[in-house]
Amino acid sequence: MKLTGSKILLESLVLEGVDTIFGYPGGTVINIYDDLMGSSIKHVLTRHEQAAVHAADGYARATGKVGVAIATSGPGATNTITGIATAYMDSIPLVVITGQVPTALIGNDAFQEADLIGITRPITKHNYLVRDVNELARIIKQAFYIARTGRPGPVVIDLPKDVQIATAKFEYPDTVELRGYKPTFSGNVRMVEKAVKMMLTAKKPVLYVGGGATLADAHNELMELAETLQAPVTTTLMGMACFPTRHPLSLGMLGMHGTYYANMAVTNSDLLIALGARFDDRVTGKISTFAPHAKIIHVDVDPTSIKKNVRVDLPIVGDLRDVLKKMNKKLAEHRDETTQAGETLKPWHMEIAGWRKEQPMTYKSSKTEIKPQFVIEKLRELASDDAIITTEVGQHQMWTAQFFDFTQPRTFLSSGGLGTMGYGLPAALGAQAAFPERQVIDISGDGSFQMNSQELATLVQYRLPVKIVILNNNFLGMVRQWQQLFFDKRYSQTCMELPIDFIKLAEAYGANGLRASRPDEVEEVIRQALAMPGPVIMEFKVSREENVVPMVPAGAGLNEMVLRTA
Amino acid sequence: MRHTISVLVENEFGVLTRVAGLFSGRGFNIESLSVAPTLDATISRMTIVTSGDDRILEQINKQLNKLIDTIKVIDFTGEDFIEREMALIKVTAEEATRAEILRICDIFRGKVVDITPKCYTVEVTGSPVKVNAIIDLLRPMGIKELVRSGPVVLGRGPKGWKGN
Ligand SMILES: Cc1ncc(C[n+]2csc(CCOP(=O)(O)OP(=O)(O)O)c2C)c(N)n1
Ligand SMILES: [Mg+2]
Repeated sequence: MKLTGSKILLESLVLEGVDTIFGYPGGTVINIYDDLMGSSIKHVLTRHEQAAVHAADGYARATGKVGVAIATSGPGATNTITGIATAYMDSIPLVVITGQVPTALIGNDAFQEADLIGITRPITKHNYLVRDVNELARIIKQAFYIARTGRPGPVVIDLPKDVQIATAKFEYPDTVELRGYKPTFSGNVRMVEKAVKMMLTAKKPVLYVGGGATLADAHNELMELAETLQAPVTTTLMGMACFPTRHPLSLGMLGMHGTYYANMAVTNSDLLIALGARFDDRVTGKISTFAPHAKIIHVDVDPTSIKKNVRVDLPIVGDLRDVLKKMNKKLAEHRDETTQAGETLKPWHMEIAGWRKEQPMTYKSSKTEIKPQFVIEKLRELASDDAIITTEVGQHQMWTAQFFDFTQPRTFLSSGGLGTMGYGLPAALGAQAAFPERQVIDISGDGSFQMNSQELATLVQYRLPVKIVILNNNFLGMVRQWQQLFFDKRYSQTCMELPIDFIKLAEAYGANGLRASRPDEVEEVIRQALAMPGPVIMEFKVSREENVVPMVPAGAGLNEMVLRTA
Repeated sequence: MRHTISVLVENEFGVLTRVAGLFSGRGFNIESLSVAPTLDATISRMTIVTSGDDRILEQINKQLNKLIDTIKVIDFTGEDFIEREMALIKVTAEEATRAEILRICDIFRGKVVDITPKCYTVEVTGSPVKVNAIIDLLRPMGIKELVRSGPVVLGRGPKGWKGN
């Protein structure tokens, strides 16, 4: 039977197991939207295409499935760019479908034409311009395969209007044939054996865990490895929630705003075991003083990550879960040694305990002002264990990473690589669409919230009960902090002179809003909000010039942390 | 250090931009690039001359391999390979210099492929070093215009890129 391109697209999505897509209509996707009316796929109409892509991204991070977004050509498509770049930097599997002007008009500066393939080339894992409806099914199959395998990432399918209308015989391929794309899944056993040898002789090992652990769903294997070796674990922002922060072996986050003890442990370690992490500059600080005494084992599914920023003594390319399974299996042959690990590593644990005691992760509490860290702690106390937390970008994001104790994987969704303000609210929307019954909370700043606040409408329309915490310092706080520390307190353009009434804003959209201005109101506001059925904004008037510490100044080494600021 | 790399890619729309964009986006250097389809029309072969230290070359290699359209990357550095480049050189040919141009051309096994009363166009093929040499010798006569193809390379011996 022959189907139109638009029907082929939707049928293929169903066969890929897609149940929800996020998008925004327009002229060059109008055929697809028409066919959507008869489809089993649920469509969520966001209020901006950027939000549609962030929502698909939040859906993907929370579920592990490929997120799907759709937008019209020209302005609709260019609005997706920040969303795509955000997903690309954090290796999130997405398929983004954009309408395109009819093939005959491509290159003519037609109405609402933009060269999306050209624009998205450096921010996608791959992209396709579909020129022939007969190739559509194969391209969709490949797009999903590429998006979710190897190092995941976003794939764009640019679909001209005439290709959506043209018809072809629909046969969805069973297999993918790509001679240029064969990601290494299985870790090399001999390398794993070598790694295990190094682990067994290390005196000061540290597991440094990145977002790859989440992407590979390797949390159980990671736990087994850490406990077998009795090795302390530090995670990046992206690896957060892959290892419970309250676990005795957890050092919390490392890097620019990492804990003192995580950064000291890395600096003093003799074996750094990097698992699905990429030695980002926010993590390493000055490269020349990063883990200067350590041999480095680097496990990553993407060979380009290895030896990109730092020297590596033992590289292992492969799926992290597969590699960790092999490591654990090999370690099981060394029970004699590993049962002694706690004993053998005692001096190392004592050294770390010393740093922990010297500089615990803490803050100065106040009876008069709401400390942002206090709100985060209270929220942890009152939210359920499996609550999904999203953040925007800024101080509130770092405080969340520092003070919210994560216990389950895929419960912390944050834009790490690109650092996109405006990510958290639509990402929460996407996560809530995937898990209607779970608590989903966006922790936001007053600045970031205004970057995609229009999505309140989407939340209300689809009855997505996302809870929003705004830590309102009436500042672009993170930038203000830099200005305070490095620019002599010259607060250029970091105070939004117009305070927004966030409660009224919530009400305008048909949502609820609650405000706390004093510390003793915090708990009650959180309790009430979490008990309310629909979306709720909780606004906390926090101390305005609180700083995020510790802080490794840009260009300094991890051991040169600023521990407190005036 | 100078490296010559062959990249076999899907002969598809936009592949050249992907490769060129990769080099510019990551700040890698391209000295020359030549591209044309192979015997198998679905595959194109690019020859790229680039430079950088070992770490950069390793990244170039891996990043090229990472492109979905890349089928194979061969870095010929340290290998035994044949490298050839072609140049067309438009050189002023006066009474006094014509014979000299022809003699130089002869020594380099070049050909004069276009003649006007005041100008010869010389075609020469060889390693980039050889092409540099003839250019140096012709320069004093007055080179009006010059085009070089950039080198293409093949490994020596019976084996093709597929290894058989
Ligand atoms: C889209 C975007 N624009 C600009 C920035 C630069 N930036 C990083 S943090 C920040 C301030 C964020 O302010 P707010 O959301 O109020 O959070 P706070 O730091 O005050 O907690 C800015 C402007 C960014 N990360 N993203
Ligand atoms: Mg703020």
